[in-house]
Amino acid sequence: MNIHEYQAKQLLKGYGLPVAAGVPVLKAEDAEAAARQLPGPLWVVKSQIHAGGRGKGRFKELGADAKGGVRLAKSVDEVIANVGEMLGNTLVTKQTGPAGKQVNRLYIEDGADIARELYLSILVDRSVGRVAFVVSTEGGMDIEQVAHDTPEKIVTVAIDPDKGVTGREIGVLNSALKLEGDAARDSVSLFPALYKAFVEKDMSLLEVNPLIVMKDGRLRVLDAKVSFDNNASFRHPELEELRDITEEDDKEIEASKHDLAYVALDGNIGCMVNGAGLAMATMDIIKLYGAEPANFLDVGGGANKEKVTAAFKIITADPAVEGILVNIFGGIMKCDVIAEGVVAAVKEVGLKVPLVVRLEGTNVEFGKKILRESGLNVIPADDLDDAAKKIVSAVKN
Amino acid sequence: MSILIDKNTKVLVQGLTGKTGTFHTEQALAYHGTKMVGGIHPKKGGERWTGQVNDGPVELPIFASVAEGKEKTGANASVVYVPPAGAAEAIIEAIDAEIPLIVCITEGIPVLDMVRVKARLMKSKSRLIGPNCPGIVTPDECKIGIMPGNIFRKGSVGVVSRSGTLTYEAVFQTTNEGLGQSTAVGIGGDPVKGTEFIDILEMFLADDETKSIIMIGEIGGSAEEDAAQFLKDEAKRGRRKPMAGFIAGRTAPPGRTMGHAGAVISGGKGGAEDKIAAMESAGIKVSPSPARLGTTLVEAIKG
Repeated sequence: MNIHEYQAKQLLKGYGLPVAAGVPVLKAEDAEAAARQLPGPLWVVKSQIHAGGRGKGRFKELGADAKGGVRLAKSVDEVIANVGEMLGNTLVTKQTGPAGKQVNRLYIEDGADIARELYLSILVDRSVGRVAFVVSTEGGMDIEQVAHDTPEKIVTVAIDPDKGVTGREIGVLNSALKLEGDAARDSVSLFPALYKAFVEKDMSLLEVNPLIVMKDGRLRVLDAKVSFDNNASFRHPELEELRDITEEDDKEIEASKHDLAYVALDGNIGCMVNGAGLAMATMDIIKLYGAEPANFLDVGGGANKEKVTAAFKIITADPAVEGILVNIFGGIMKCDVIAEGVVAAVKEVGLKVPLVVRLEGTNVEFGKKILRESGLNVIPADDLDDAAKKIVSAVKN
Repeated sequence: MSILIDKNTKVLVQGLTGKTGTFHTEQALAYHGTKMVGGIHPKKGGERWTGQVNDGPVELPIFASVAEGKEKTGANASVVYVPPAGAAEAIIEAIDAEIPLIVCITEGIPVLDMVRVKARLMKSKSRLIGPNCPGIVTPDECKIGIMPGNIFRKGSVGVVSRSGTLTYEAVFQTTNEGLGQSTAVGIGGDPVKGTEFIDILEMFLADDETKSIIMIGEIGGSAEEDAAQFLKDEAKRGRRKPMAGFIAGRTAPPGRTMGHAGAVISGGKGGAEDKIAAMESAGIKVSPSPARLGTTLVEAIKG
């Protein structure tokens, strides 16, 4: 789960981290009151969407020469003018795709005098199986670009989970970021506090880009991007209120209610598969035979009839879907359960597009029998190759 | 020979009394009599579990702890079906009991729990396979986990995979080619796991019964690239077996987690094309289609 910058900052503030004073604004009429809560003389108006590259982004509805998704204001009137221009419009950034994202929330923040911009993130470094800090002196830029052009400017420091962030790691990070004086003193509490927030809240990513050294020599978290590990949501009921479902795809929200792993894609062949690897491979083979998948959908290992029905409904509700491929290799999942689910779903929602079903594994004969005897117009397939060819040709005709 | 497990492997079940644990323990017992020796439940120690195998009831003892179960049965492996919230503690209990081989099937364990488990694992003598994996099968001898037993055939192909159902594809296809398998291992789809490709490839290279290998990776991380480098280094020492491979997720969009917690292209890294290139440079014949794993391996064996 991703959250907005202002939510991330409020959360980090709770861990004693230095963030600027700021006020979220959801309605244009609240802009003036929000701006007056801050001292000035510099305000920053920041679009709150779940995508990076906001500063360089452009609003679809505004002219090409209009300013981006993060703007500076030197008076309360300028804040109000910017809020009026930004709120409700669609911001297109490098990460949103060409459709962009509607800006429904803004964050008005106290401006800072920046001396240096640094990069810091915390993530799970899978190569060592540990939480790691990734830092660079090249802050405020696209870190992927830095990693590509000047990888030597990125330093990774893994943390021993039994010891946490010790003086040794703080020293390495300070030296990597060339922190001195007050900034080096601030970092003694800053690095452990960031690590604590990451671990306690089960984050999967905490990115501060930039972390700044201000002209007075102190450190500040100028931007914050936080994602949480969905697998740990059971122990963080307090985070549920931070979810902004307007940032999510409707079909993906529906899928998550049924505990289905679903990702909407741009093609026209809907897929229902068990297992993440096989679901990806099914997308790949559809493409190999010249068509495009409409989605990734893993019904998971322990699916029951209701779950399969829900999955089928989500696929058929997508107007782009012109054909459906069900590909099941049963391990935990029994083929008869899938077959029953498919039959129940088709009876409930109808079937207006070709449906190819390939079943293999546990209780496969039983599953095939259920489909055969259902009287439904299901195109059976012998193996994955056969299944992919049949659905691609059915859709093309 | 085979790797990791054989007909002498004795298996304890952590999470036996749940629905999943019960179903798959019955399946394992029915699979050439895999030596399932007992279950673990902290509150049901001393009770007995009853399952149905080949239409007859079978009983297994339940122990209050892994340590007790190991002492009383001589178990040298355990399989974990415990739900996500308690799975890490279950693995740690098995590590503390010095179980040599722990196989965790559970999907959905918080990654920071696995970071803790990994730290414990490094200081132990245990090997963990998984989590979020389908388990291990040595055909006709022992089945640990959730793979469907009927697709296996004793033979010469070592199968290692990050994906459960793609493991089944590889097994099914090598069975249909008449090659069969020495051992099939699902290492799991989580970002932090007990065993990586390299560990299993090392075992397959050392195993006389394994004449060829199928390796199935997916997007995310760099385990496939690491494995390719390992294979190149080993080939220089004259250790080499014919290999076929596959990478799932060529069509996956970057930044999106594709079902498996570990299957995500992030920061411009972990894409399929890089992995395929690395594997091909190590002499692996990479199939563009998941339906042609078996035939691709046959081509690799013919050279």
